[in-house]
Amino acid sequence: MDTTLDKSIVNIDEMVLNMGPQHPSTHGVLRLKIHTDGEVVSKIEPVIGYLHRCFEKHCENLSYEQIVPFADRCDYLASMHMDHAYSIAVEKLLDIELPERVEYIRVIVAELQRIASHLVAIGTFGLDVGAITPFTWTIRDRERVLDLFEALCGARLLYNYIWPGGVSHDLSPKFIQRTQEFLDYFETQIFEYNELLTGNKIFIERTADVGVMPADVGMNFGVTGPSLRGSGVDYDLRKTEPYSIYNKFDFNVPVGEGKMGTVGDCWDRYWVRMVEMEESIKIIRQAMASLPDGDVHAAMPKKIRPTKGNVYSRYESARGDVGIYIQSNGKNIPLRLKMRSPAFCNLSVLGEIGEGWMISDVITILGSLDIVLGEIDR
Amino acid sequence: MDLSLLERFDKDNVVVEKLDTLINWSRANSQWYFQFGLACCAIEMMAAAAPRHDLERFGAMPRASPRQSDVMIVAGTVTLKMAERVKRLYEQMSDPKYVISMGSCANSGGPYWQHGYHVLKGVDLVVPVDVYVPGCPPRPEALLQGLLELQKKIMTETPLRKQVV
Amino acid sequence: MGSKQIFEVISSIKGVDLNLESEFISVSSVSLLEVAEKFKNDTTLDFDFLMCITALDDGNSKIFTVVYNFHSNKNNHSIEVRVSITDGEDVPSLAGIWKTADWHEREAYDMMGINFSGHPELKRILLPEDWEGFPLRKNYEVADYYHGVPIPKDKSYWE
Repeated sequence: MDTTLDKSIVNIDEMVLNMGPQHPSTHGVLRLKIHTDGEVVSKIEPVIGYLHRCFEKHCENLSYEQIVPFADRCDYLASMHMDHAYSIAVEKLLDIELPERVEYIRVIVAELQRIASHLVAIGTFGLDVGAITPFTWTIRDRERVLDLFEALCGARLLYNYIWPGGVSHDLSPKFIQRTQEFLDYFETQIFEYNELLTGNKIFIERTADVGVMPADVGMNFGVTGPSLRGSGVDYDLRKTEPYSIYNKFDFNVPVGEGKMGTVGDCWDRYWVRMVEMEESIKIIRQAMASLPDGDVHAAMPKKIRPTKGNVYSRYESARGDVGIYIQSNGKNIPLRLKMRSPAFCNLSVLGEIGEGWMISDVITILGSLDIVLGEIDR
Repeated sequence: MDLSLLERFDKDNVVVEKLDTLINWSRANSQWYFQFGLACCAIEMMAAAAPRHDLERFGAMPRASPRQSDVMIVAGTVTLKMAERVKRLYEQMSDPKYVISMGSCANSGGPYWQHGYHVLKGVDLVVPVDVYVPGCPPRPEALLQGLLELQKKIMTETPLRKQVV
Repeated sequence: MGSKQIFEVISSIKGVDLNLESEFISVSSVSLLEVAEKFKNDTTLDFDFLMCITALDDGNSKIFTVVYNFHSNKNNHSIEVRVSITDGEDVPSLAGIWKTADWHEREAYDMMGINFSGHPELKRILLPEDWEGFPLRKNYEVADYYHGVPIPKDKSYWE
């Protein structure tokens, strides 16, 4: 019996599916135009700009101190990293030297923020794949980190804590003790997450060998951060070009090895984030053990008026390589500030690695890239 | 009513109440919300639904489709590109529908009011808002209070009588 | 490799110049593609990352500068390249060499109005398709209405 389709009777056309700006799994207001042939995807076109909040125009009208809360709101899941990246860029123009205590506090706070951001990434990734319990557990543990931050600077999500020249408040008296209790509790929790997700047969079936990103494709598209390290590239700014005092700490950089499938699949990217949380715990313990005394406001300038010139400074945030380009003409307001966000380049690779998969796999791949629309649209 | 409806059942097994109040009571205590998270406030909305500040004990369940929800919580900055979609989604909800505007950006443009050329200065320019929750971002407890204020507002409605405007 | 050694590899191409004080190489727009191909293919340079493309305005919206930041993972060195053009002039697109340039050039066109010749699909990326004007130019004026929705500019709207 001849089973080939008779094209004169059956009409096969490409369908354009719109995963609109409002969708529970798109991690924000992102629109995906998906051209499908049945269930298999043939082309994906991301449409962004639904959260464009004119950050760069605001930077041209506000003084350097006033820009810090706006930088927070770009990547709202890792706002300490945004503050830190911006402060390092301004300090390069100002050319000041910071007290040791400020640097240690900044490292402790940045690594705690990395843990909090990866917890959300892992929780929502599990939610995309269909597992609801890991989401409730990770958000519950993230609330403990937010408690620590609230005792430190008063805010749960958008901190405005790391200012150019120092930090806004010194550590509260019980902060070190509470952080150590949290870290002891959290190490047992990581063991439970591994029991729940990492070795889970259904999770491996859904994520291993899906959305493989070869290393050279990733580098050509400008992908950085855990998404690139999942493909086997050992590129972490904290090791290759250490800023702040990261050269004093002893930690490893996890790299995807293809344990459950091909190198560079969704499971590898998830695995890199899990191990990075363990490495962050190591760094925080080392920093707290050798925290010096001092005045955190000693190096803060009264008025920030950098010298004329341009600077481009890079920073390793939870999502990848944040680049801040500042053009200053000697006044207290920048002439131009550009933020190169890591999620912007991470999202552009979706069109390349999403082709040929089914629609539900597209959601898995999007979840593994860990994007935040606030920093893509700025 | 000073005693809540369930408590009055303990005494007599029979409760006599106006039909208006019964309808309002059932609507107010099971407001299914449309998760319309746009920006940073969406993370606090997620945290309000998480185990610590449980939103579901007030009867509020997250729904992904506008046709199955009662209240739309606009959480985050609405941009001009997104404003038409907000209006369209609001029109897809079925009556009775309510809107909670969460955060400064949805109330009046937020920190972007002065130089934001692409920011909608308040979501009440496109949809009618019932409750405004201030904050940047508002704490999950503040969102819970906003939901309770909405419940109080619903209890004063008169669904059976025609409204004379 | 420092910026001086990097400059020596491409010094044979016309229109390149090194500014040692601020550590950048200025290139004219006609020789940009040749310089970019040398950066990608030469084994001593080996720039595999195009980190960022920034568009600058000189203050009067007459002369624009496009800044490219390159980085090499293998050799661990970086360089900054600047191209200056007047209003209306074209810059060749690097989207064929590094795919990062695709979206970054669309954003530079969207915000500053710089035209990139040879780009596969140069259209607006952050603003809606029917937006008028280029917002990050210094002489940009905000419109009063967009699709019937008012855009207030100061506090008088709420008083």
